[in-house]
Amino acid sequence: MKVVIIDYGAGNTKSVQFACNRLGFEPLLSKDPEVITAADKVIFPGVGQARNAMNMLKTSGLDNLIPQLKQPVLGICLGMQLLCRSTEEGNTKGLGVFNVEVKRFSNTVKVPQMGWNTILNLESNLFEGIKNEAYMYLVHSYYAELCEHTIAQTDYDLKYSSALRKDNFYGVQFHPEKSSTEGAQILKNFLKL
Amino acid sequence: MLTKRIIPCLDIKNGRTVKGVNFINLIDAGDPVVLAKQYAEKGADELVFLDISATLEGRKTTLDMVLKVAEQVNIPFTVGGGIASVEDVDVLLRSGADKVSINSSAIKRPALINELSSKFGSQCVVVAIDAKQIDGQWIVHLAGGSVPAQLNLFDWAKEVEARGAGELLFTSMDHDGTKDGFANTALSRLSSELNIPIIASGGAGTIQHFVDTFLIGKADAALAASVFHFGEIEIKDLKENLKRNQIEVRL
Repeated sequence: MKVVIIDYGAGNTKSVQFACNRLGFEPLLSKDPEVITAADKVIFPGVGQARNAMNMLKTSGLDNLIPQLKQPVLGICLGMQLLCRSTEEGNTKGLGVFNVEVKRFSNTVKVPQMGWNTILNLESNLFEGIKNEAYMYLVHSYYAELCEHTIAQTDYDLKYSSALRKDNFYGVQFHPEKSSTEGAQILKNFLKL
Repeated sequence: MLTKRIIPCLDIKNGRTVKGVNFINLIDAGDPVVLAKQYAEKGADELVFLDISATLEGRKTTLDMVLKVAEQVNIPFTVGGGIASVEDVDVLLRSGADKVSINSSAIKRPALINELSSKFGSQCVVVAIDAKQIDGQWIVHLAGGSVPAQLNLFDWAKEVEARGAGELLFTSMDHDGTKDGFANTALSRLSSELNIPIIASGGAGTIQHFVDTFLIGKADAALAASVFHFGEIEIKDLKENLKRNQIEVRL
């Protein structure tokens, strides 16, 4: 099976690659549209600032390609946020796969949220074998609101979408590659879809 | 709920752990990768590696270590020690570190914090502050705590946040190594004056000290070295105790 991690210069690609390796997969890192299109599974990671990341996607011409992909796609952290309609971070327009807005946490809580929090109301085969209230590692200042695509929720200041799904597109706000054995299970579930 | 984090800290020199570590059933107690895996299994929430290598050669070895830790360990980790430029951070993050911690270099050139947070995002920029009380004032120190800077802890902490740090690691030099508890008064003031997470460091000796630093010091995370390395406190036992004190932890 061909797993491709999109390598557009704004990702923790190494950690995601290593996590796949630990599960027995050998993903390719690429920003080549042909390689990405030919993959069986595509992982779309991202850390950093939304507007910078979106600019890097545009430079590689990936902003048009990603929303048209037909195979299972998993956006992680900023990757998930870029799949949304728009984000308040740098007032950036997203790829529009998930029809939801990404907003900044209010200052009534510490920002960024950094650490382990639970995922609730799990509604997807992505979470097979994962119990409700499993702990995941999260680091983020912006969140996707609850919406029709929500398949997991997390509570920080308010309840928000910690995972989204629409058709072949999945997005997780947490870092499965850094979330111990449960995180690895979620990554495995995706790779086995 | 977001949980409070427990963070073991490992001192690294030339790619090896420096301080003695007394785990049972360890084949090589000097191998940071073996130790990191062990801590991840024992329930540590994150790890911090502090590189105290003095030579360039030693730093290169540490970079190999970072890559191996990223390969084998499935919890987040921070690397600190001797980081002074965007390039230093770039190579560490590319090797799989999740966060970097800067200290003296940020005092010498505060704009480094801005540069790092705008290039890599605040989430991976931890600023470490060492401070001790002199005539009733908390004074920041640099170069491993050996040189006082003309900076007040609370002023510097606020500046660090404004410049884009994602997290603050505060070590009280007055408490470090005493095993007499964390600097909870200063910690609680930092926590109320800042809106980024605060890691408490320096002074851990008993489980009650951790309870106090979360309840009184309002810390978001607590870092310790020897109490974990020498098995004086088991992480699982610690977390069960925290939970009994209504402190949210990952168990």
